[in-house]
Amino acid sequence: MDPVILSRLQFALATAVHFFFVPLTIGLSFFTAWMETKYVRTGDEVYKQQAKFWGRIFLINFVLGVVTGIALEFQFGTNWANYSKYVGDIFGSLLAIEATVSFFLESTFIAVWAFGWEKIPKKLHCVSIWLVAVASTISALWILLANGFMQNPVGYVEKDGVATLASFTEVLTNTYGWHMYLHTVCGAFVLASFLVMGVCAWHFFVGKNVDFFHRAFKTAAGFALIFTICSALAGHQLGQVTARTQPSKFAAMESVWETEPSTPMYLLTIPNVTEDGNLVQALPVPGGLSFLATNSFDNTITGLNDIKPADRPPVWPVFFSFRVMVGLGCILLAAAVISFIIKGFVPSLGWGLWIYILLIPVPYLAAELGWIVTEIGRQPWVVYGVMRTAEAGSPPVDWYQVAGTLGAMAVIYAIISITGFILMIRAAVLGPDNKAEHYA
Amino acid sequence: MDHYVLSVIWFVLWGVLWGVYFVLDGYDLGIAMWLPLIGASSESDRSAMYRVTGPFWDGNEVWLITAGGVTFAAFPLAYAVLFSSLYTPLMILLFCLILRGVSTELRSQWNCRGFKMVCDGLTFVSSLVAVILLGVAFSNLFRGLPLLNDPSQNFFMFQGNILNLLHPYCLLGGILFVLMFLVHGALYLTWRTEGDLHNKAFYMAKATWPVFLLVFLVYVVLTFAWAGLYKNYFASPLLLALPLLCAVLFLLSGYQMYLKNNAGKSLLASCGGILTLTLTGVLGMFPNLIPSRLDVNSSLNIINSSSTPKTLTIMLVVALIFVPTVICYQIWAHKKLAWVIKAD
Repeated sequence: MDPVILSRLQFALATAVHFFFVPLTIGLSFFTAWMETKYVRTGDEVYKQQAKFWGRIFLINFVLGVVTGIALEFQFGTNWANYSKYVGDIFGSLLAIEATVSFFLESTFIAVWAFGWEKIPKKLHCVSIWLVAVASTISALWILLANGFMQNPVGYVEKDGVATLASFTEVLTNTYGWHMYLHTVCGAFVLASFLVMGVCAWHFFVGKNVDFFHRAFKTAAGFALIFTICSALAGHQLGQVTARTQPSKFAAMESVWETEPSTPMYLLTIPNVTEDGNLVQALPVPGGLSFLATNSFDNTITGLNDIKPADRPPVWPVFFSFRVMVGLGCILLAAAVISFIIKGFVPSLGWGLWIYILLIPVPYLAAELGWIVTEIGRQPWVVYGVMRTAEAGSPPVDWYQVAGTLGAMAVIYAIISITGFILMIRAAVLGPDNKAEHYA
Repeated sequence: MDHYVLSVIWFVLWGVLWGVYFVLDGYDLGIAMWLPLIGASSESDRSAMYRVTGPFWDGNEVWLITAGGVTFAAFPLAYAVLFSSLYTPLMILLFCLILRGVSTELRSQWNCRGFKMVCDGLTFVSSLVAVILLGVAFSNLFRGLPLLNDPSQNFFMFQGNILNLLHPYCLLGGILFVLMFLVHGALYLTWRTEGDLHNKAFYMAKATWPVFLLVFLVYVVLTFAWAGLYKNYFASPLLLALPLLCAVLFLLSGYQMYLKNNAGKSLLASCGGILTLTLTGVLGMFPNLIPSRLDVNSSLNIINSSSTPKTLTIMLVVALIFVPTVICYQIWAHKKLAWVIKAD
């Protein structure tokens, strides 16, 4: 068995689970900070309760994000030694800077926040949660710039068989990284606002603390409206950057096989990978894809048949994940617009409130699918166009070692994720009256 | 700046990061290892022990993440070879760190006896195993790994199997780390608590210290026999001040503990002891980060594994700005959150 395949599965598991927790950390930290700021400015105790209630869900989520994050830093070395050796000069420094600049700030001030209620001045306490929020967002920037280098390697020269830093500025201003960053952070806010609205809907449904949750719902509906729009726009921009920098990924996302000027967009497409074409392509919008990708109806889009088969990503998962992600995004956009309009009388929706509860997992799914597009779409490269994933593994590691740790990781991650989600649901359902022990 | 000078600076910083990590995470891992003994009698004692480390374990662990990140950034080849050669033990260490983080943090989220027991068990076992692994891993570095530069693989290949890592010297290193962190953790717990828990913790620190000292001395002697760590010190005897300082600090810790009954000062000396012990080991390996015990030319050193001067310079600027900042706010946070706790 090939250890690289198993390592890919292990990395996929580690990142996918990590990303169940990351967006909520980013989004909910700002939401909590927002609530606490209102408390500090108005002195209204309800906002303090809001900060405590949402902060508690945040804390459970945060620890799972932290511990699953360590796994990534380990795995670059354990499973991807040749990759680490090749990109360390650039990629490694971004990770080290992320730890120094963000992780310390996050971990220190989340403790000040969690343990500092009534112990430190109100304003300082509020500053702490803002620092956590800002640190988690800066952390996302560094890691996405690192990932951006894998997608669109810039600012390096190859010397003695490894990539060495040529221009740090180019690495830091990598268009790909910044566009991923915007799309990811906006998506994180969307995810957090729908989670908040879902939790509120549950409490409206059971009729408890309705005023309390109505306040939270109104704020979240505002966040949701702004950030579903931003996320869609950022996603569109990212798509255009992808078309420019990663033609093979873009062709797979859209299942474009023939290179032609003024490429149409087919509203109905079913890829047929074995035949190097589409089984069904119907309802064309003339020049539509060219326009979406390049803002011009006339430009040419490279088709998969003009890319060597060895350089193509797997089309099905990329194409399918992209479609579903966009579809879910549209549902969220519609839901956000409607929520914003009806936010005044949402608590009286009755059974309709269940829609909000059912919407909670939707942004999670969209986020994971987005990463599938990004990472499977990058294949067969680990560094796009430069280093193949097949060459990136660890020479001393045997397949049975990876098989063992993959199995162990699957079990451990299942247990901790389920425990984490149960505790989050429990905290959410118990509501703000919950006086259960918290060791602050 | 000259590439060699930069590499030396980063080598020293690398050692300091590990040292600070052991000093800081040492006490919370130590306290976790005391759960079944000091925390045996009551839930309130155990809960107090978690409240002592609760605000700090995560911030402490970030020093490990940073040490790992710096290895990756400053010495990519060393990072790649070390992490892939020690694949299984490092993955177990990773799982331990994951489990102890989750169990430490989630324990207070559900007031259910069974859940708390599971969390206590996980915190204890994962901390113990993590500490043993760290001790065994560092002793293996001191002893040298069985590495050979293999041009056909274009990689420094680990020769033999995982059992090679369990040499008696390395196992003793694991025990040394456990005892060192037990004393360290008990002292920290003593310093941060009052009443019954305070007395129990101080008693345990005093009871463990002689065992620690004994193992420490045996380890020092065996290092002479089995690890090439002293050659730098014999080459420039002035450096011997460092291991000497280490011994003095550990003895001072005992002196403050037994004769002055001062847990705070004893803890301070213990911090110094752990830091100087780490630095002694790291400087003993210089210029290697990962010595090979099979072939001098297969060692990973600051020349063959360091990043480019450009990357090292950028990182140095970042480190010079942010590391002092981090130290300042971590001290500030510790002052704000490290109040004395009494078990209720």
